[in-house]
Amino acid sequence: MRERAPKILRGPVPRNKEDDQVVYIDGDSAPRILFSGEDLLLEDLPIGTRVLYPKPPIEGLANPGAAIRYALNHPLDTEPLYAQLAPGMRVTIAVDDISLPLPPMVTPDIRQTVIEILLELLDANGVDDVHIIVANSLHRRMTAPEMKRMVGAKIYDAFYPDRFYNHDAEDPDGIVHLGKTDHNEPVNINRRAVESDLLIYVNINLVPMDGGHKSVALGLCDYESLRPHHEPETIRASDSYMDPKRSALNTKVERQGALIDRHMNVFHIETAINNRIYAGATAFLSKNEDEFTEFDRLKCEAMRWTLSKMPRAAKRKLFHSIPAQYQMVAVYAGKTDPVHERILKHNWDQYGLHVRGQADVLICPVPFISPYNVNSILNPLLVQVMGLGYFHNFYRGKPLLKKGGVMILTHPCYDDFDHNHHPSYIEFFNRLLPETRDAMKLRHKYEEEFAKNPSYIEMYRRGNAYHGAHPFFMWYWGENGRQHVGKVIVAGAENAHVPKILGWDRADSLPEAIAMAKSAVGPSPEITMMHHPPIVMADME
Amino acid sequence: MGAAAFYDLDGTLVRTNLVHAFAFSARNQQGILKSIVKTAATLVSVPMFMAADFYNRRLFNDLFFVRYRGESEDRLRCLAEELFDTVLRPSIFPGAYELIDKSRQLGLRQVLVTGALDITVGPLAKHLKIDDYVTNRLEFVDGYATGRLLPPVMAAATKASWMRIYAEKENLNLSDCYAYSDSMSDLPMLSVVGHPTAVNPDIRLRGTAQQHDWPILDLR
Repeated sequence: MRERAPKILRGPVPRNKEDDQVVYIDGDSAPRILFSGEDLLLEDLPIGTRVLYPKPPIEGLANPGAAIRYALNHPLDTEPLYAQLAPGMRVTIAVDDISLPLPPMVTPDIRQTVIEILLELLDANGVDDVHIIVANSLHRRMTAPEMKRMVGAKIYDAFYPDRFYNHDAEDPDGIVHLGKTDHNEPVNINRRAVESDLLIYVNINLVPMDGGHKSVALGLCDYESLRPHHEPETIRASDSYMDPKRSALNTKVERQGALIDRHMNVFHIETAINNRIYAGATAFLSKNEDEFTEFDRLKCEAMRWTLSKMPRAAKRKLFHSIPAQYQMVAVYAGKTDPVHERILKHNWDQYGLHVRGQADVLICPVPFISPYNVNSILNPLLVQVMGLGYFHNFYRGKPLLKKGGVMILTHPCYDDFDHNHHPSYIEFFNRLLPETRDAMKLRHKYEEEFAKNPSYIEMYRRGNAYHGAHPFFMWYWGENGRQHVGKVIVAGAENAHVPKILGWDRADSLPEAIAMAKSAVGPSPEITMMHHPPIVMADME
Repeated sequence: MGAAAFYDLDGTLVRTNLVHAFAFSARNQQGILKSIVKTAATLVSVPMFMAADFYNRRLFNDLFFVRYRGESEDRLRCLAEELFDTVLRPSIFPGAYELIDKSRQLGLRQVLVTGALDITVGPLAKHLKIDDYVTNRLEFVDGYATGRLLPPVMAAATKASWMRIYAEKENLNLSDCYAYSDSMSDLPMLSVVGHPTAVNPDIRLRGTAQQHDWPILDLR
């Protein structure tokens, strides 16, 4: 009699769970909720699928005001702020723009809390030459209501528009050349910031690629200063953006930052927040679906039904009007590097999941928002940024997806652009991408034409448009993902031409996309889904 | 091959239009009574001009330029400098200087393509450092305006035709050229270049620009 061979469990049968937030789908598992733009999908995932859930929110600081004051009085590697102030000084406060945090947080925004304390301190020390600059780099200018929401009515009324304004990277008189790094990278920075006796940068570090030297070197610079690192080669060499030590992008920015620190007196205030996007009626969106109560299920169904009856513009408006319930979990002040190092630890404590083993197929639901479309449309180029730029880079150690694996995105991929915010994206998408998707070719052949297009420059300076070069940066942003991922399939794409222009495949539904993925990577793939938002990142073994 | 930036003038780079220029000449007639009568007649005609322009730029031209009949060429030329100083220069949109400046930095030839009169455009073009311009020209007989325009009349499709011929003559690649206008009547002019932009557009041009995914710029 032949001895029966031991049963081989195919597929991703566990195993020791790497982390409490890692869930494996079995026969009894509930369907999972996936964002698909402004809609919510409810899908049964194949048995064995690994789902990475965000960690529960770290408890926020009980008294953020006291924590901020403590940080200002006990800064790292520098004198307390009050000791650096003197009457008659010229001080500039720079703040992150509307791309941080995402979605915009419930008021009072952390920036408001910090600036209120700063202004009290400055006033008490006789400093009255104070400007507040939004460090928007080549992002769109924030509108007046957005700026008011960010800092509160009191500060807004006192400072806007003469002493509270957006950075202008195209103002020929507003930019100063500080010099070049030893690698010949130019550093051109906002004149007011450079000519101030003290620059105080107030940051909200949403993810580990934010903050540090990036705040001033990128937020207050011009196009020429961005070019050395916002380019395909640097992006390819970044493994990943979220792991600064292994990010070529970060290395170059640090060089620029070091030069800035030699010329300017910069006092950094960095804050970390938890991942409490949802609370109250929408809290179910960050829960494990297996743990839903009846009421959660009811709310989920009600929300899905309501969304299915609403026009897309109304759904978009609805989602953009729900602020995130973020709370500050840490604040440090002082010199750039020690401050940032501590904040990064808090970021990873909140987002990082211990994950073992790469996946053959990675499912990434794409929500309605990215850093570049607050109060606007997630256009096709931004869907690309979310998938290949951000989600692919949400790792430390090695990518969550195997080299050549399949990434499945859930998004309608509508051919819809905001004419006021993204005019250059439209030309980029419709004129350039059909010609080539080669980032190198795009950079060398077309980037400068767009960057210097007088219409785009004027729309950036006078309107609320992203800079003409920005769609290129968005395309480069997906470059390391594009080099790594074998195939991208968009599940639920409502048209064929958008995925085709992006170089992707489309499927009507998630099950169809998974079937297509199996034909590419084999019949029993290791499938992993990132259950976001809120953000979850893989800290790979 | 080179490239150029073609600009419409009225409403695009300056706040004023043809009627403002005419009103200035009406206000500065020889004799107070004549000035009052001509100014009043101009004011009364404004709604008609607006309606005609909304309907068709050619109809507007036919109705409008006839008002110049009998004006002396010398006098119009005499008034041109003053018109520029008192009316046109203060009406230049703040963003216009910068737009032209950035455009020139790109090495583009700066060209005005306007339905305004040559007499009024000259000083403005000089002030904005425009390389070339084409305008409408009044017909004068024995030094007095007949109220007709000399062909080609710069409006709608004629502007586009002129640009094509100009590009050929000057060895310009229209695909690399830029065009800026505020009015739906300039759709042909915007359509012949590779980089059209609607500037301070009226509602019809705004809609068209959005449909064609053209940039929309506000220089005001």
